[in-house]
Amino acid sequence: MFKTLHKYASPMHFHALARRWSTPLLWLSAVLFAAGLAGGLVMAPADYQQGESFRIIYVHVPSAWLSMFAYMVMAGAGAVSLIWRVKLMDALARAAAPLGASFTALALATGSLWGKPMWGTWWVWDARLTSELLLLFLYLGYMALQSAIDDRRAAARAGAVLAVVGVVNIPIIHYSVEWWSTLHQPATITRLGAPAMATSMLIPLLLMALAFQLLFFALLFIRARSELLEFEQRSLWVRELLGQGSPR
Amino acid sequence: MTNELREFFAMGGYGLFVWSSYGLTALLLVGNLVLAVRRERRVIRELSRRLPVGAGHDPA
Repeated sequence: MFKTLHKYASPMHFHALARRWSTPLLWLSAVLFAAGLAGGLVMAPADYQQGESFRIIYVHVPSAWLSMFAYMVMAGAGAVSLIWRVKLMDALARAAAPLGASFTALALATGSLWGKPMWGTWWVWDARLTSELLLLFLYLGYMALQSAIDDRRAAARAGAVLAVVGVVNIPIIHYSVEWWSTLHQPATITRLGAPAMATSMLIPLLLMALAFQLLFFALLFIRARSELLEFEQRSLWVRELLGQGSPR
Repeated sequence: MTNELREFFAMGGYGLFVWSSYGLTALLLVGNLVLAVRRERRVIRELSRRLPVGAGHDPA
């Protein structure tokens, strides 16, 4: 098993793996999106309190989950890279940052579009909203560091330190609705006991979450390929790959 | 447009909020894909050009 792990931690093998998997992941994600949208927009009944506006949950919650998941990928890869200096991990962290930033922005924007009709305001300095905004700034800080430092290794290490320190924000986001219980509603799915949601509403949410997740991996793989090529531009495998014509 | 369709797009009066959310999501997801693919193409193009003579791909 460690041999396999070691093999795929090599940039060349991971690049090949990412090339093989990105397209099937995209297709699978598209199918799940179609099913999730049909379920969420058409089949699920309107909420008895929030009416049709609750349908925003099907894009808001998956993007909010991904905003945190992408951060864990970025910080996790950063931590491994700080300890063992694995180039692949630097590439993954760099690939995850713009994706995480965009999903965080999407979670904030869709939350705002949901908050306006339900809470009567686009924005409040509620603990959940504030910690999610901080998450966006952590991503942007990481990306700024990457473009400010020319030496890729140094940039990756500085970014990894920032990402690892910023990890304290993740449990704060998750528990903010319980610790401060201000305006944002508490978790619907990830709570102890049964989810507080009817099955016909829950299934589309899970489909959409899976669709988002698979799309994230497809995007992560495509972005990681670019990073690996740049990191490894002097190595033989990249030269051979580029020599073949147009590797995709 | 039939009544049912009109009702569907109205989203019980929340149409503006619901459809902006979904539109924004679609834009962002597709945009992410386009940016990722374009970046890979650019990296490949730039690295190929910088390859030493003999290792670069044959333009013919």
